[in-house]
Amino acid sequence: MKILGLETSSRRLSVALWLDGRLLERGGDYPNAGSEYVLPWAVELLAEAGMALGDLDGIGVGAGPGGFVGLRLACGIAQGLAFGLDLPVVGVSTLEALALAAGGARVLACTDARMNEVYVAAYEIHDGMPETIMAPGVFPPERVPVPPGSGWLGAGEGFSVYGERLHEALGTTLTAVSADVWPTAAAVARLALPRLARGEGLDPALAAPRYVRDKVALTTAERLARGGVR
Amino acid sequence: MLVLGVESSCDETGLALYSTTRGLLAHAVHSQVKMHEDYGGVVPELASRDHIRRLIPLLRIVLDEAAAEKDDIDAVAYTAGPGLAGALLVGASFAEALALSLGVPALPIHHLEGHLLSPLLAKNPPNFPFVALLVSGGHTQLMRVAGVGRYELLGESLDDAAGEAFDKTAKLLGLGYPGGPALASLAATGQAGRYRLPRPMLHTNDLNFSFSGLKTAVLTLVGGGLADGDRADLAAEFQEAVTEVLVAKALRAVRTCKLDRLVVAGGVGANQRLRQRLDSEGAALNIRIHYPELSLCTDNGAMIAFCGAQRLQAAAAGQNHGAFAIRPRWPLAELIAPS
Repeated sequence: MKILGLETSSRRLSVALWLDGRLLERGGDYPNAGSEYVLPWAVELLAEAGMALGDLDGIGVGAGPGGFVGLRLACGIAQGLAFGLDLPVVGVSTLEALALAAGGARVLACTDARMNEVYVAAYEIHDGMPETIMAPGVFPPERVPVPPGSGWLGAGEGFSVYGERLHEALGTTLTAVSADVWPTAAAVARLALPRLARGEGLDPALAAPRYVRDKVALTTAERLARGGVR
Repeated sequence: MLVLGVESSCDETGLALYSTTRGLLAHAVHSQVKMHEDYGGVVPELASRDHIRRLIPLLRIVLDEAAAEKDDIDAVAYTAGPGLAGALLVGASFAEALALSLGVPALPIHHLEGHLLSPLLAKNPPNFPFVALLVSGGHTQLMRVAGVGRYELLGESLDDAAGEAFDKTAKLLGLGYPGGPALASLAATGQAGRYRLPRPMLHTNDLNFSFSGLKTAVLTLVGGGLADGDRADLAAEFQEAVTEVLVAKALRAVRTCKLDRLVVAGGVGANQRLRQRLDSEGAALNIRIHYPELSLCTDNGAMIAFCGAQRLQAAAAGQNHGAFAIRPRWPLAELIAPS
């Protein structure tokens, strides 16, 4: 299978091309500049592989959680490409991609959710495929749920931003921490592969970001109830 | 040539197909007004979240309506600014990727150019040059329009846009959000002149506007609460004050430019009282007034597709490499004409 992977949920943007076992990738640290890089990288990778867009079998996209704007950039691009090319889309959890990229056997993936919160999920990796132990959630760092047992690798930017507060909650659950690990398009493509192969790809109209943080504004009634003004 | 237009700059998702030979074939708009109502205004993050759910369903509707296939599309035009950054980015990402996948040009379009040229989609389109009054919730501008991409700013609001003043005043009168149209309905049942509001900048020598003071004047009058009849009279007076200034300055702009055509575009252009006054006072001066069709007054994809078609016909579009940028702030006068 030939799969295009897109991952722009953090400041580390990347695009990957999975070619029947071979992986090509482009990426970089470009906060707020995804629109300038993502599609040109995809075009470059295809050229490098001597392929056309029409040769793709599916698209994998880092669906979230992560920066809202970045999630929609990748999702909008995936929708546009997939609609134009009649391709299925698979949305992959960015925390699962992060866990795979981290390389441990038991990974607690944790990214910065801003507003004094983190996105967190836990995975056990079996034969290169993560199994979900704790599904993605958003929590204040000192109140993250603790995964069962020990021997967990803490991975992701959450540990560089909220390291101390996370350790308060996690105690001896973690045996190591890798803060400088990010979700990658290569991991997204790897995770999308079996799902596309099983026919689990979605119509592009159904490709949607998974924000996890769902409450983003107060209604007028809620503001008034909290003593606000009209 | 068939051009797809994609609009997502604020709280309406609009898609449309315009044919350079057959005209507007289909357009569909999803308005988020209901969704934002509970919040008392547009919540940008919620607007963006909704846009990304609507694009493909709307695209399928317009393709069906136009009896076209996606492979018939010759170019994808989209609103690149001005507008809400997050909302713009949704439409831009989708449109750029779609254009790339179809192997056709992607055309970033200025939202106000869309409004400005939308009367050209009407049955009796105006010829260039003309003066345009762009009046919406986000903008109040007078432009001299010599041709596609040849726009000279004559004057603009120094503070609130006219539509913004309508919405804010409606809120003060307890009409909810977005209250502009509700205020206009209430005004129709009231008597202007019983209250007296100022006509801001009516007699200044320039073509600029200012509407924020009106809102403050209304606030003072509302004070301790008003009876229903009083509210209607105040709404009528407010509407009269805004339209009087808009009409006077717009007609003055036409005469200053020694032209005889005025084009009115933007959401407030749907206001019936504004249309009445422009028509009668314009006729007295032999100035012909052009409006877009009512359904094209608010944000829509048709005007974006139409602009894209104008630009596509005027200039060879460049090679599509997929890099794009949105411009949440983008002065219309910075646009350059296709050569």
